[in-house]
Amino acid sequence: MRVNGVHYEREIEPRMTLGDFLRHEIGLTGTHLGCEHGVCGACTVLIDGRTGRSCLAFAMQEDGSEITTVESLAQGGELNILQQAFQDHHALQCGFCTPGMLMTLTELLRDNQNPNETEVRETLTGNLCRCTGYAAIVEAALDAAQRLAAAREA
Amino acid sequence: MKPAPFDYHRPISLDEALDLLSNLENAKILAGGQSLIAMMNFRFVQPDHLVDLARIPELTGIEERDGVIRIGAMTRQRDLEFSDVIAQRLPLVKAGLAHVGHRQTRNRGTIGGSLSHADPSAELPMLALAQDATIEVRSTRGARRLPAREFLRGYLDVAIELDEIVTAVEFPCWRAGHGWGFHEFARRHGDFAIAGAAALLELGEDQTVERVSITLNGVDVTPVRLTSAEDVMRGRRLDAELICAAAAETRHLEPLEDAHAGAVYRRHLAKMLTQRALGDAAKAGALIASV
Amino acid sequence: MGVKQFGARVKRVEDPALLKGQGRFVDDVKMPGVLHACFVRTPFAHAFVRNIDSTAALQLEGVVAVFTAADMPQRMRDERMPMLVPNAAIAALRTQHALATHEICYAGQTVAVVIAQSRYIAEDAAALVDVDYETLPAISDLRSAVAPGAAVAHSDLPDNIASSFKMEYGDVDAAFASAPHVFEEKLWQHRGGGMAMETRAVLATHDPATDMLTVWTGSQTPHIGRRMMADMLDRSVESIRCIAPDVGGGFGPKAIFYAEEPVIAACALKLGRPVKWVEDRREHFMCATQERDQYWDVALAVDAQGRIQGVRGALLHDTGAFVPWGIIMPYIAAATMPGPYVVPSYRLDVRVALTNKVATTPVRGAGRPQAVFAMERLMDRAARELGIDPAEIRRRNFVQPEQMPYSVGLMFRDGKPLIYDSGDYPKGQSEALRIADYEGFRARQSAALAQGRYIGIGIGNYVEGTGLGPFEGVTVRVLQNGKVAVATGATQQGQGTRTTLAQIVADSVGCRFEDVVVTVGDTAAIANGVGAFASRQAVNAGNSATLAGTAVQAQIVQLAAQTLGVAPEDIDVADGQAMARTGNKPVLTFGELARLSQGMPGFSMQPGQTAGLENTAYFTPPQAAYCSGTHVVEVEVDPETGGVKILRYSVAHDAGNIINPLIVDGQVQGGVAHGVGNALFEWMKYDEQGQPLTTSFADYLIPMATDVPTCEIAHVETPSPLNPLGVKGAGEGGTIPAPAAILAAVEDALRPFDVHVTETPLTPERIVELLEAAGAYEQINSQIEERA
Ligand code: FES
Ligand code: FES
Repeated sequence: MRVNGVHYEREIEPRMTLGDFLRHEIGLTGTHLGCEHGVCGACTVLIDGRTGRSCLAFAMQEDGSEITTVESLAQGGELNILQQAFQDHHALQCGFCTPGMLMTLTELLRDNQNPNETEVRETLTGNLCRCTGYAAIVEAALDAAQRLAAAREA
Repeated sequence: MKPAPFDYHRPISLDEALDLLSNLENAKILAGGQSLIAMMNFRFVQPDHLVDLARIPELTGIEERDGVIRIGAMTRQRDLEFSDVIAQRLPLVKAGLAHVGHRQTRNRGTIGGSLSHADPSAELPMLALAQDATIEVRSTRGARRLPAREFLRGYLDVAIELDEIVTAVEFPCWRAGHGWGFHEFARRHGDFAIAGAAALLELGEDQTVERVSITLNGVDVTPVRLTSAEDVMRGRRLDAELICAAAAETRHLEPLEDAHAGAVYRRHLAKMLTQRALGDAAKAGALIASV
Repeated sequence: MGVKQFGARVKRVEDPALLKGQGRFVDDVKMPGVLHACFVRTPFAHAFVRNIDSTAALQLEGVVAVFTAADMPQRMRDERMPMLVPNAAIAALRTQHALATHEICYAGQTVAVVIAQSRYIAEDAAALVDVDYETLPAISDLRSAVAPGAAVAHSDLPDNIASSFKMEYGDVDAAFASAPHVFEEKLWQHRGGGMAMETRAVLATHDPATDMLTVWTGSQTPHIGRRMMADMLDRSVESIRCIAPDVGGGFGPKAIFYAEEPVIAACALKLGRPVKWVEDRREHFMCATQERDQYWDVALAVDAQGRIQGVRGALLHDTGAFVPWGIIMPYIAAATMPGPYVVPSYRLDVRVALTNKVATTPVRGAGRPQAVFAMERLMDRAARELGIDPAEIRRRNFVQPEQMPYSVGLMFRDGKPLIYDSGDYPKGQSEALRIADYEGFRARQSAALAQGRYIGIGIGNYVEGTGLGPFEGVTVRVLQNGKVAVATGATQQGQGTRTTLAQIVADSVGCRFEDVVVTVGDTAAIANGVGAFASRQAVNAGNSATLAGTAVQAQIVQLAAQTLGVAPEDIDVADGQAMARTGNKPVLTFGELARLSQGMPGFSMQPGQTAGLENTAYFTPPQAAYCSGTHVVEVEVDPETGGVKILRYSVAHDAGNIINPLIVDGQVQGGVAHGVGNALFEWMKYDEQGQPLTTSFADYLIPMATDVPTCEIAHVETPSPLNPLGVKGAGEGGTIPAPAAILAAVEDALRPFDVHVTETPLTPERIVELLEAAGAYEQINSQIEERA
């Protein structure tokens, strides 16, 4: 399995979920588990470029897949545009849901460069946040879309 | 909430998968895993073997032939959602897909998985029933084709044997320009519906109902066709009154009660949503017919 | 001079690590050789444990141990868990044993613990532990619990009344006897949870070389936890270090000291290996404390103009099987009910019922949402019946700003009279109404109705006692590298504690915000601490920070003056350096000063000089600081489905002086989301045998991004005179009035059908039932026909 561009090989039990594999086998604890039954979205990662719940996948299934996690976003330690928008808009409080939010929005902003508020909100229904009341996350996503557009033009 | 141990198998051909299934005890098919793995994490389900179908190429794909759309069982819901063929030929299915779970689960969830799970509140089983889809199943013993209404046997129960795999689903298309409407009510976006209604209409000369399909989810152990309402409508001139009369047929339903909603409310919703779905279908159908 | 940080929208220092996936939550802490725990929990709500057989479990490969109460240290066998706030009014001082000794009283209670190489194996083994139960009749509903002949929640208690007490002042019966109008309401708010996105977690390890027991715990109150752990494990407080690292949301339930904490610590001690337990979500639904379940049977007496003459009634509170946090919630509820209004006479008879369900303890709002719901429902009722506008009837009853400080008439739980320190309630309401365009609403409503759309508006007012004692400590220390270290017993679960304290310290010491390094949630960092609950940290820790920072600045001035040979008045401190205003303006950096403050080996210190630049302050608030606010909500109801959509949400909020508006707005918005959950979605259901029915996020519905509107927020700042910073708490105000305002709006939207709502959460199903009963559907059909 490749995770964030790095190749990993491990002997594991078939029942180990992808989430546990990322967190405990290869030490990428940025991906969080909030429910382990596929509702909260905290465990969201990109699997071959598409978001998926890492609690609803066994690591074995992804043998050979390319996994992208929150740890990959900040290139060279610098927050990327979406992450920066999160900080600027106070889109995280406890930060537990945040990695999942970021991965969901990373996919959305890639596939839809100019989403409206409804599209952002509907996309975010796959991720629960108990702290923020979502408003700041929605603002951050819309702002990031604009900043990304500006960056593309420049 | 960790699953119990099991052996994992990943066949790369259908034949290999069928062999495995016919030989293994207490084996389960792993499709998208969006319901199964959650149930395994709760240890509600504890298979000894999982047979993962993800690497069998012949199980994915969408193709149209002779007015029938054939969808491989392992096709992801997300791929259906963005398929042009489906958007054009099965607009009802496209509309219903938007209500299936969330983006992250549609990315992984498959049509075959959802049909086999047969949740009475889910959208895909209901859409299969609405469109009179045919389910193709295979085992080492051969292939069978079942109409959706036979396939969907009961609560989380489908009419296939333990060694059988759903390989494809075929949706016959309705006439171009047919009317369709989809309405469901869920507590939150993407939740399983408390109840939902899907309607298809073909109108003839003078707005006469030539062909109609009305299907509900969330009101029984499986999705159901409201055949009495279809009978009421067929051959009659479509107007608001006819829609009300059809929706009134929901009074015969006897929905189940559960922690999410009681029977009376489900029946009430069924009526309201049938009315809305038919209303939309009438608009879409009439508009196109009049062009 | 540096830029003043207090009051600025400063970005949080917590964020970069959390955004990069470098947060450190308990389950992220790596510990070589760690073992994993899984608790064996009873499936029954009430039973005796007859026998526990772990033979099969122990045979499983990878299982290290199975422990029951008999294996725990003596105090944990013999005694129950400590109670946080004992009170003379509690008849049944009941808490649970860390591991069950005999009787279990709610489904999910801890019976035994399995320790294994992985959580997977521990779960396999837990299923193999064979427990022989003798089931007992269970009591689930709180009203049935107090009915005669009810099954008892504890087999050795005569009944299910944990406590009953009265809160009163004035001659309420006379007021009711003479009032021209009396309105009664029966109200019910169902159980809900805190439902932080991170579940609870404990990791314990013992170092034999130093005899130090280190416990990472996802707790709001590690200092309190350490004290209790010391008692239960019979160790000195000094030999335990509790660390609450990053914590993924608190909201109250994590302020409790739970059975799992001492058990995991005891396991680590016994096995000489680190042991970790991470609660799963199902356990969280069953075993983390909850709140809200209360019945109110209340009445309001008003004069012809709608002026309140008196309020009286009864409150029945469900405490569940135990009372780990005493009876604070019903107490707070009773004290909160008068709210921003002049209530001349008042009596509330409170009973606390024991049931066979997990205990209730404060959840964001802590009894206040229920009290506000009760009061505001009564106000709406009076407004409707008397034909007075809901905003106007409230206006007529407000405590006026010139009446501050205002004595309500009640005694608070610290035995002192309940006195509002400051506030401007009329202004708060008018601000909220202004941003909600309340004036224009009736026109919007009729326009909508003409199109067959049902929209409504609702108001919720509240006053909230925040910043409760006893204290919080803050140490400020200038380091030799010029940075300023801050340590506190305050904790964070998302409130931005480190950011706000850094702001305060930067101002009070005179350094750059970036140079302040704050440590929270670690008992090793500061001797005494309390933690996060009751919206208390801004008041307690914030003021300690300013006191300690100011003291350290005085030390800096003193030392700089001495060193530079100028008068202290001639020293300016800013941006991490002290500068003389005279001569050629010599400068000493904080780093230099910190080194100087250490003195020279063998030499005496200057007279009056302290060693190091350091101060610890423990601010102790004299009483609560009362924040207040008004929520105005506009909703649309779809009568056909019962669906409710919130169209607009306006908040005016008075949290005194605001340290960081970015953070306070976030607290309000997040609080509102929780309130939306309580109003429309969240319902922890149990069956009659006390079996929890909603133990997944698919069954227990917390609001999603499409359910919570973006609030418009106005700040009304009336500084608290009770603390140097003039701050009040902000953590819970967003939640408190939300159910009241939202339900009022739904009722207003359905005014054409005269529907009355009295229960939260208000489900679509219930709305349809009410409409059905009101004959709404015939009415709607005939309207449609008329229009056609
Ligand atoms: S942990 Fe995977 S969705 Fe919650
Ligand atoms: S920031 Fe805490 S759950 Fe989202």
